[in-house]
Amino acid sequence: MSGHEHSSRGQANHTSEPQVGDLERADQKPKRQPLFDVQADGKNSIELSLKLLRAGEAAFELSVDLTLPSSGTTVIFGPSGGGKTTILRAIAGLEPDVKGHIRINQQTWQAPGVFVPAHQRRVGFVFQHSALLPHLSVEQNLRYGWQRVGGTAAEYAQCVEQLDLAPLLQRAIGQLSGGERQRVALGRALLTRPDILLLDEPLAALDAARRSEILGVLERLKQTTTIPFLYVTHAVDEMSRLADYLVLMKGGRVRQAGPALEVMNHPDAPLALRDDAGVVVQATVEQRDAHGLLTLQSPMGTLYAHGPAHAPGDRLRVRIHARDVSLALSHHSDTSMLNILPVTVLAIRDGAGGQALIELSAGNQPQQRLLAKISYASVARLNIAPGLALWAQIKAVALLV
Amino acid sequence: MTAILAALWVTLKLATLTTVILLLLGTPLAWWLARTRSRLKAPLSAIVALPMVLPPTVLGFYLLVMLGPEGPLGQLTHAIGWGSLAFTFWGLLLASVLYSLPFVVQPLQAGFASLDTSILDVAATLRASPFDRFKTVVIPLCRPAFITATVMGFAHTVGEFGVILMVGGNIEGETRVLSVLLYDRVEAMAYEQAHWLAGGLLIFSFVVLCLMQWYGQRLSHQQGEAR
Repeated sequence: MSGHEHSSRGQANHTSEPQVGDLERADQKPKRQPLFDVQADGKNSIELSLKLLRAGEAAFELSVDLTLPSSGTTVIFGPSGGGKTTILRAIAGLEPDVKGHIRINQQTWQAPGVFVPAHQRRVGFVFQHSALLPHLSVEQNLRYGWQRVGGTAAEYAQCVEQLDLAPLLQRAIGQLSGGERQRVALGRALLTRPDILLLDEPLAALDAARRSEILGVLERLKQTTTIPFLYVTHAVDEMSRLADYLVLMKGGRVRQAGPALEVMNHPDAPLALRDDAGVVVQATVEQRDAHGLLTLQSPMGTLYAHGPAHAPGDRLRVRIHARDVSLALSHHSDTSMLNILPVTVLAIRDGAGGQALIELSAGNQPQQRLLAKISYASVARLNIAPGLALWAQIKAVALLV
Repeated sequence: MTAILAALWVTLKLATLTTVILLLLGTPLAWWLARTRSRLKAPLSAIVALPMVLPPTVLGFYLLVMLGPEGPLGQLTHAIGWGSLAFTFWGLLLASVLYSLPFVVQPLQAGFASLDTSILDVAATLRASPFDRFKTVVIPLCRPAFITATVMGFAHTVGEFGVILMVGGNIEGETRVLSVLLYDRVEAMAYEQAHWLAGGLLIFSFVVLCLMQWYGQRLSHQQGEAR
């Protein structure tokens, strides 16, 4: 799929022309042929073209051209020090040294000669270390931005209710746990009527229990709001649970960008080189038995998984790790494995740790990929080659949502 | 007794006005010094600190020359019809502002420098303009620095002597402050009045320093609790 091979340049051919004015004119005359691709021509999109060259001891170069959807959650994923946070700070107007263009839903926040100051940009920012104003109470923190945008009492009440903040309102900041702090920070950001919500590793400072609590809050929130989220993380589980659109960053550049499931499941994704190689599949719960075993319908076929808190009709994502997939030439019925799928070998790749990573197309859906990590000895023994039809046995299906 | 009351009034007026002016001028100056990476920072910091090491008579001498009819400031004030500022209360005020400058600027600068600037980024994303951020974030978080600066500026102005004698002289009700009155009484061998003045100034300074210590202890106690 060449669509995945976007270099950071190729991603945004349309930004190579000085198109700020062109776009506006194109909108005023609807008869005119669209100049650019659908995303860029639509009324609402997030267009970024950012450059930063920092010389000296901590030399660093950021060069990013991106057009992102203006709804859903875009996750910017990559190792630390790759410039992810700088992108968010630049969008918020906190990095005056970053040059380039920033357009959010037809408003230019930055262009050569244009720099909208931070306090006039309609962003909500949730920082890694919650950064609540320490001299104010929870309630005063929530009201700080809300007052300045002229928020209504209804907005305030709704936010407090949605994030369950009522028990915290009178507390001082020092009396909050890490998870409570991030809930307050999230509410405070949402109360500023943002056009975009920027989240900079909001779970990084939390312990495992708090992380899953806030992750749940974020998932609920993303279903009830139309504000686009731009979420920076280097944690695979956050990325695969939240991302609708995924940008992979490394060394200040975009490696891949696209719809999340496509990027995650692409075998060339840098993720596949890691120990946690696997694919992510969207599935719907069909039924649930007395022991909590779920029957899931997915593009890959029927899958079984244990999911304590899910009811029929729930839509969820599952992750199938390559290391949990084994291959057989015939369909075994004398096995404890519940998930056995017909697959066809597409390619054999080098995986990490001296093992082979077999790329498979699953079920009757040629587009649906599955990855299996097996030893080279098994590749030779089973004569695995592209085109061979096999049965994939999946030991465990990890539920992500 | 009326001489003491007159001197007390001049002293309080001078110290209050000096402190107010210094807070207004010193705050932006301290903010700039705490934030800047300019090469001008070192020489400007030195100029601010000069009154701490300079004999007050040196500062007073140059001010007298500048304010005199031949000096640039004197010519300016004559040109705009104010006459000479030397030996007037306003000349005294100018001298006090310069002389107490480091006692206001340095605590503020230390307070501003220890402020975590990321909190200002937070306030900016909550739509607070730069002035709004200063008012609602910097001032409350740097309140101890402002209190120290106010007290030090006031107390130091009450305690000045050399500059005042050089620039303002000893005019009752106009430029004669408590410390100068004390000197005057000692010269006149009026030791009883001198005792009252000296003792009063001693107790004032002691009480101010005690209050500062007490406030500092309470503050660090509160911060300990917050953690």
